[in-house]
Amino acid sequence: MPSPRSEFLSGVKAESPILLGTMPFGLIYGVLALSAGLPADVALAMSSIVFAGSAQFIGAQLIGSGTPGIVILLTTFVVNLRHMLYSASVAPHLKHLRPVWKWLLAYLLTDEAYAVAITHYNQPEEGDALHLSGASHLANKHWYFLGAGLTLWVTWQVSTAAGIFLGAQVPKSWALDFTLPLTFIALVVPALKDRPSLAAAVSAGAVAVLAADLPFKLGLILAALIGIFAGLFVEARRRSTIGIPQPRDAGRKQSEIT
Amino acid sequence: MTLWLIIIGMGMITYAIRLSLIVLLGRVGVPVIVQRALRFVPPAVLSAIIFPELLRPGGTLDISPGNARLIAGVVAALVAWRTKNVILTIAVGMAALWILQAFVR
Repeated sequence: MPSPRSEFLSGVKAESPILLGTMPFGLIYGVLALSAGLPADVALAMSSIVFAGSAQFIGAQLIGSGTPGIVILLTTFVVNLRHMLYSASVAPHLKHLRPVWKWLLAYLLTDEAYAVAITHYNQPEEGDALHLSGASHLANKHWYFLGAGLTLWVTWQVSTAAGIFLGAQVPKSWALDFTLPLTFIALVVPALKDRPSLAAAVSAGAVAVLAADLPFKLGLILAALIGIFAGLFVEARRRSTIGIPQPRDAGRKQSEIT
Repeated sequence: MTLWLIIIGMGMITYAIRLSLIVLLGRVGVPVIVQRALRFVPPAVLSAIIFPELLRPGGTLDISPGNARLIAGVVAALVAWRTKNVILTIAVGMAALWILQAFVR
């Protein structure tokens, strides 16, 4: 079993490439928050208090345009609702941990840290099958999650601070906001290894495009739910056409993704 | 002052969402159907963020070859598919966008 230290360092290492996408995005947030009219200290505090990129972007814009507080809070709720799916997704892996760990890892549960951590959780390990029944196969993987999450946290704080400091010196034509979809492309594409997950991705994407005009970003959560149903549907149809009862756990381990 | 209250409220809502099911499902366990569904969370959510960024760059649908973000995104997706390399994907995607923008203007 890898030691906490080596798990932590592996988590840091796995998160590192993603920082290339996170840093420009953080920079852009800092610039945008100031130009929306937020005071520098509030813009900076938002990065540690809220610590959610897309919600911070939208929040800063809404505050800047004088939107009522209750609408901003409602929007935050809807925009971050996808994190409830992440929360459900990591829950079985964190079940054996003490509450302090759950509270800490919940704070670090961003898109980028989640994608890296869940990939590691879903990787079968040597000797895994021997003790699947207990929590022992989870070993020290929460240290990996912590390493990935803290790496992202530090990067986010530093890069948003840099954006606030540099302000308008970052030209819009650099299109640094594009690093966000690029990061997500880099995370999601290699994980589309089977038809059900491809169906989930494509249908969620299509619905998101069609429903983009719904208020409060409701289109995003609607798209995610439809994508999940599409994945389940294709998977169920495959099972019935193959006709053989698949060895559920053994088979799923292989195909489980990000 | 209200500004700070709004931000603290945003933080509390975000944290409550992230903690919610970690705590709840830690107590009651996860039903099999939910476990099966959770596998599709990453591709569904991330694609729901990616697609509009590429297909509706200015807030309106644009599937023409003049949409630099769409082309650059497709190039990046091909790089991600062939190489599985995060840094290369982001670098090539940004380079493609800059080159296309230079041509469009």
